[in-house]
Amino acid sequence: MAAALPLVLFVLLLLGPVGRGHAEPPRDSLREELVITPLPSGDVAATFQFRTRWDSELQREEVSHYRLFPKALGQLISKYSLRELHLSFTQGFWRTRYWGPPFLQAPSGAELWVWFQDTVTDVDKSWKELSNVLSGIFCASLNFIDSTNTVTPTASFKPLGLANGTDHNFLRYAVLPREVVCTENLTPWKKLLPCSSKAGLSVLLKADRLFHTSYHSQAVHIRPVCRNARCTSVSWELRQTLSVVFDAFVTGQGKKDWSLFRMFSRTLTEPCPLASESRVYVDITGYNQDNETLEVTPPPTTTYQDVILGARKTYAVYDLLDTAVINNSRNLNLQLKWKSPPESEAPPVPFLHAQRYVSGYGLQNGKLNTLLYNTHPHRAFPVLLLDTVPWHLRLYVHTLTITSKGKDNKPSYVHYQPAQDRLQPHLLEMLIQLPANSATKVSIQFERALLKWTEYTPDPNHGFYVRYPVSDSSSYFVRLYTEPLLVNLPTPDFSMPYNVICLTCTVVAVCYGSFYNLLTRTFHIEEPSTGGLAKRLANLIRRARGVPPL
Amino acid sequence: MVASSFLRKCLTTLAGLLLLSFGSLAASQIEDQTEQFFRSGHTNNWAVLVCTSRFWFNYRHVANTLSVYRSVKRLGIPDSHIVLMLADDMACNPRNPKPATVFSHKNMELNVYGDDVEVDYRSYEVTVENFLRVLTGRIPPSTPRSKRLLSDDRSNILIYMTGHGGNGFLKFQDSEEITNIELADAFEQMWQKRRYNELLFIIDTCQGASMYERFYSPNIMALASSQVGEDSLSHQPDPAIGVHLMDRYTFYVLEFLEEINPASQTNMNDLFQVCPKSLCVSTPGHRTDLFQRDPKNVLITDFFGSVRKVEITTETIRLQPDLGNMESRYKKEWMDEELMEPLKYAEQLPVAQIIHQEVTGHQMLARW
Repeated sequence: MAAALPLVLFVLLLLGPVGRGHAEPPRDSLREELVITPLPSGDVAATFQFRTRWDSELQREEVSHYRLFPKALGQLISKYSLRELHLSFTQGFWRTRYWGPPFLQAPSGAELWVWFQDTVTDVDKSWKELSNVLSGIFCASLNFIDSTNTVTPTASFKPLGLANGTDHNFLRYAVLPREVVCTENLTPWKKLLPCSSKAGLSVLLKADRLFHTSYHSQAVHIRPVCRNARCTSVSWELRQTLSVVFDAFVTGQGKKDWSLFRMFSRTLTEPCPLASESRVYVDITGYNQDNETLEVTPPPTTTYQDVILGARKTYAVYDLLDTAVINNSRNLNLQLKWKSPPESEAPPVPFLHAQRYVSGYGLQNGKLNTLLYNTHPHRAFPVLLLDTVPWHLRLYVHTLTITSKGKDNKPSYVHYQPAQDRLQPHLLEMLIQLPANSATKVSIQFERALLKWTEYTPDPNHGFYVRYPVSDSSSYFVRLYTEPLLVNLPTPDFSMPYNVICLTCTVVAVCYGSFYNLLTRTFHIEEPSTGGLAKRLANLIRRARGVPPL
Repeated sequence: MVASSFLRKCLTTLAGLLLLSFGSLAASQIEDQTEQFFRSGHTNNWAVLVCTSRFWFNYRHVANTLSVYRSVKRLGIPDSHIVLMLADDMACNPRNPKPATVFSHKNMELNVYGDDVEVDYRSYEVTVENFLRVLTGRIPPSTPRSKRLLSDDRSNILIYMTGHGGNGFLKFQDSEEITNIELADAFEQMWQKRRYNELLFIIDTCQGASMYERFYSPNIMALASSQVGEDSLSHQPDPAIGVHLMDRYTFYVLEFLEEINPASQTNMNDLFQVCPKSLCVSTPGHRTDLFQRDPKNVLITDFFGSVRKVEITTETIRLQPDLGNMESRYKKEWMDEELMEPLKYAEQLPVAQIIHQEVTGHQMLARW
């Protein structure tokens, strides 16, 4: 099948000069999906995924015809010789303990990690230019990515796409935890979609609903994938994902029923004409045919069952390209109603989760602690911990302790790159084995640095962010991020220079000034003027002559 | 004798009539020419909209800037020609009860943030240095296109600034100031580099008139919301949101601009009358001595809109598709790609490989 395809295309090309009207078979395709999952806590998570796949060699610069693949990103790939690009913007934090494991995990703020091709000579220069260009495309302050927040991990963040070799010198990773995500980041993201926000699943992407959520994460992932089963040629895959979690109390007024209109204030009208697949999946795992715990309207035509993230799930599938689904009214509003209230069971504890906090007191020292929980009853997991700490928190690596179940736990691999003031952050990577049913605590002491007064942000009393992902392996690979930390650095009082100038000038003027005047002023005795007009006239004439007056 | 004098008289009257007719023709031609001369000679429009205040209680400054952004976009200036600088994020601020919205009228009547907004400089990027670099064009080479002011000598630029100010300065983000002298020098640099055809400068701060006192470059018209010694006041608070939504001057300017459409012929004199002292409490001021044209000939859309002069041609133009090049390229690609050996995906957490991996170069390896 795969071999027949190039043959067919050869034949078409031979016929080309004869018949100019032949259209080339499209070499790119779009698949869009929406997965709606009710979460154990009563909230509803909606995840959009738009995959554009393009069979093309983007490394050569002569590519000039872009159809579904956006030109802005295609030109980036060829100009900066990218192999992979992963950029995400997240507002909020995925609460793994209440919501269960997520489909796609991303840290708060902006995260950018890029694998460059082997042909790039100056990776840092390309990285800097790339982050500037991306800041223009996505209206984000990615131009603040520089050497103080960029690291080169040595063991984590392996390429997600096809890779010949993995020389980590071509990988760069940076996180901006303070980055705000708002409509101005969503607008260019939507414009990259082939159908923009006019048709298909993207009509649901309205900013005022998407940002009124507990969690909002949008991402762009570009990677090379196999074009055929033998994997002898490469296609480029652009995956745009958007995950939101709607709060049950805010959107549903406390009821756990939901509908597309109530969540997005829009309904689906038509499929995107450029998409080859356009589907909505609704998680109906709680559906029991005898008990009828929930009801989905309109009733699905097909269902799909699979093991997702370790649990068996059932999905109702709505194919928008199927004309029976979008009927004459051209209005598809999916609704889910709970017939009997769901048993308020305790939310299933995920087998792996992490927590991070700062302990200590005062503004000089502190201690960074990370707790890694492995709740599996009898299986131990290896975990690769990646820690990037900004240079203004000076870590004391000799105080690094890792304890599980009260005993010391030695990591099998450690890589530590110390920070240089104002040049690069700390990088700590460790491979730790988490024993079954345990909590492992990793702690390290630090000291806070005093910054130069020009290095403070305009609102320094807010604090400075510190951040950190965790990754893990089991039968399937999971990457976890912990919550961002806000650390206060000793902040000077910025009004003091003004106060000092006022006070000093007052003291100098009053004390020294009067002393100086007393010493240097000469005193003349002046006689009171007596006499009339004639005497004054005479004095005038005498003064004019230079003679002392009367 | 009499006949010759009569003839002469006739000739002179005829000559006089002819001269008169020629004169009137010439006069009307001159009138046309002068009218052409006084019509603006710009070919493109740019807008630089700056909000310089940080923190939630300065919501109204962001709303001011966004309302001008909205009017300017509505009247035709595209996002690629607008440089929008917002020093803080109000729409997605955790204190905003309606996220992704910024309202200008109370009872949430008008959302000036909208669904299609592109902010070029945000949060900590709004600094005096970046603002001056945008104006003068002295930007680092890796700056993306959307953050540049790529104007030429036929561009009309609208510059709108709002925030907290004083006599002779404007405060940026509570940490630095720009003075009126620096601003005047920046405009002079723009004039010397021929970066604008005409410039309209609007400022809505306390004592705003002090900011345009020092301009000395030609073709600048300036408006301010208050005179030196006066404060610009805010308009109305919204009890649901909890802050003042807009400043008075910009509120009435927004109401005025909502009436304008791309075809309207309203001129600058109407804009000068927008906010009388009874409504604004402060006295708005304006300065037109550096401007060459008469304000009554200057249309609002010369600065706020993007009216293009379009010439329609009736010729047909044939486009030749370049098929030969495309075919040879496709052939080359298809032949090359099959020669590579099969590739595979990388393993995400190869534990054994990581444990035995050698770290090269200057990185330290801590051993337990």
